[in-house]
Amino acid sequence: MNKGSKKVNFLRNSGFQTVTASLICIVLGLLVGYVVLLIINPKGAAEAIAAILKNYLYYPSPTAVMKYLGTTLVKASALLMCSLSVLFAYKAGLFNIGAAGQYVVGAGAALYFGLKLHMPWYVCIVAAAAAAAVTGGISGALKAYFNVNEVISCIMLNWISLYCVNMLLTRAKEQSAPYTRPLSSVNKGALIPTFGLDKIFANNGFVTIGVPLAIMTAFAVWVVLEKTKFGFELKATGMNKHAAQYCGMRYRRNIILTMMTAGSLAGLGAGIFYLSGIEQWMVQQTSVPAMGFNGIAAAFLGGLNPIGTVFSSYFIQHITSGGSYVDKTIYCAQISDLISAFIIYCCGLVLFFKIRLNRWLDDKERHAAKTQKGGGA
Amino acid sequence: MLLLIQYTLIFASVLAIVAIGGCFSEHGGVINIGLEGIMVIGALGGALMMKFLPGTMAATAVMISVILASLLAGIVFSMFLGVAAINFNADQTLVGTAINLLGPAAAVVIVRAINTAQNPDNVSSTVAYGHAKKVFIVNIGKFEFNWFMPLAFLVLVCAYIVLYKTKFGLRLCACGEHPQAADSVGINVYRMRYAGVIISGALGGLGGLIYITAGVSEWKFENGVAGFGFLALAVMIFGQWKPINIGLTALLFGMFRALSNVYTGFDTLAALKLPSTVYNMLPYIISLIVLVFVSKKSRAPKAEGIPYDKGQR
Repeated sequence: MNKGSKKVNFLRNSGFQTVTASLICIVLGLLVGYVVLLIINPKGAAEAIAAILKNYLYYPSPTAVMKYLGTTLVKASALLMCSLSVLFAYKAGLFNIGAAGQYVVGAGAALYFGLKLHMPWYVCIVAAAAAAAVTGGISGALKAYFNVNEVISCIMLNWISLYCVNMLLTRAKEQSAPYTRPLSSVNKGALIPTFGLDKIFANNGFVTIGVPLAIMTAFAVWVVLEKTKFGFELKATGMNKHAAQYCGMRYRRNIILTMMTAGSLAGLGAGIFYLSGIEQWMVQQTSVPAMGFNGIAAAFLGGLNPIGTVFSSYFIQHITSGGSYVDKTIYCAQISDLISAFIIYCCGLVLFFKIRLNRWLDDKERHAAKTQKGGGA
Repeated sequence: MLLLIQYTLIFASVLAIVAIGGCFSEHGGVINIGLEGIMVIGALGGALMMKFLPGTMAATAVMISVILASLLAGIVFSMFLGVAAINFNADQTLVGTAINLLGPAAAVVIVRAINTAQNPDNVSSTVAYGHAKKVFIVNIGKFEFNWFMPLAFLVLVCAYIVLYKTKFGLRLCACGEHPQAADSVGINVYRMRYAGVIISGALGGLGGLIYITAGVSEWKFENGVAGFGFLALAVMIFGQWKPINIGLTALLFGMFRALSNVYTGFDTLAALKLPSTVYNMLPYIISLIVLVFVSKKSRAPKAEGIPYDKGQR
């Protein structure tokens, strides 16, 4: 009896439930990916799914493994910032699908300050965060004062930002190619310093202090949400905005501040990514980079917990990068996108099963209490 | 000028049809953010049908089978939203977003698999359908008349009649306004909501097909449908969830979208020397401004986005 109740308590633990749910989502997503691979061509499906899961472990030499682990970490840190942005807004009841656009604006500001204005890296990063905060703030203000649904306004802003940034960065592009000029040749000072981190990852110069910075930001977000008054007000507004307003919390100000913070997080992610010099911006891009949308996947997969998103962001980036190692003569890299999209879909169903599980546990406990009482009398 | 009218009409048809789809879903109480993804899958269904149909078939038969393929593809894909939102009480925005990501990814995977199966060197995500596309188009002088234009008008008229003049439409609206009340008079809320989602899936799929047949004769599925599903949502909100207003708004938005294709043909616009990017942005900027003015007194269905729970009062 005692053992049984202990087990029930274990199942009730919300942390345990969240982790299990995320793991189930991952397994389901991979399973769907595997089935799709099987349908396309049953021969190489097992190898392909293994390649996705292995990612950089595909290389036999340990130096190469370390090097590509570094690259994955750089990308994952940008993704982590985007997912923190989504998570932060979601806690206040706002769905920040605009992380993608804010990320774009951040990239635009960082690169423009670096390439055109020749600013040092810390100015570029602040510029990225500030510009993205303004973009997020627009959606927030529209929501607070004009009741414009933030999802729609964010999506419109995503496209507007993409076109604006393309126009802006055309001025800093190479003469013959549609890419922005590399930071390493134009302005070395705009590259984020590595402080020796590149030595750990087999001289992979893209691994900068941006990676630990992103992880530290995750902790900072946790502290703000759980330990400060602002975090509390924000969550209260998310749960019931009328009640929050009635308690004297300034609902409008909170919404705008939330969206600005969320925006600056995404912008910071873009700064960390593009100022490492790992990629140049393609000024003829016709679709918004997937980073912001993958951020939604990572945020929900991480159980909407800042620390959880550190792991989920890494995982999502791991399989996204792994997609490029599948046998291209049979399959395509987008299979990873399919898997992460399906993982988000599964995350949507998690709440339902959590409620069901808790109800089932309630029933069981009630039943147990009844029989015990009956036995005693 | 003729070109502007032509493009305006075809883009307006897409927007109107997809927005009407969203309108049905939301009147039933389910927010359909996933229209973008549904459009891509509908377009895929239609494009593959056009690609694989034998060239000897009669024009009407081609037309009907292609339209049916896109409708069906849209319906099947919209079931992802239906099941999650209606049976599993999922967050509709989250699931809609998942659908938007799932649609293009699935389309690219499918198209590439087909392309590489035919020719191992072909790793593109493009489907060409130049031949079969011709059945939808009639050239009247210089004007390229597209059969989808009258079809869109027909859909608008039908939507008006169904929503306001039939038992089904009124019941559907009841489920979006106050599902508990609807249930108390014996309406099956779950079934009505499924009907709304299915209609939106069908129309979304059809809209995707029209979008890819407008102007071009092959489609690269990596590009998706460039935010048209979201523009349609803006049209729906600006149209205040009413078919007639949606039709008029679609025309307005269609014109702004068409401008980016044909602005070089106007001397005054070409003289301004604005980069083409500005015209590409125009529909999105306009819709953002428009939303500011109409969102305050929104006529959105009251219970949209809230999962229906039979036990709740």
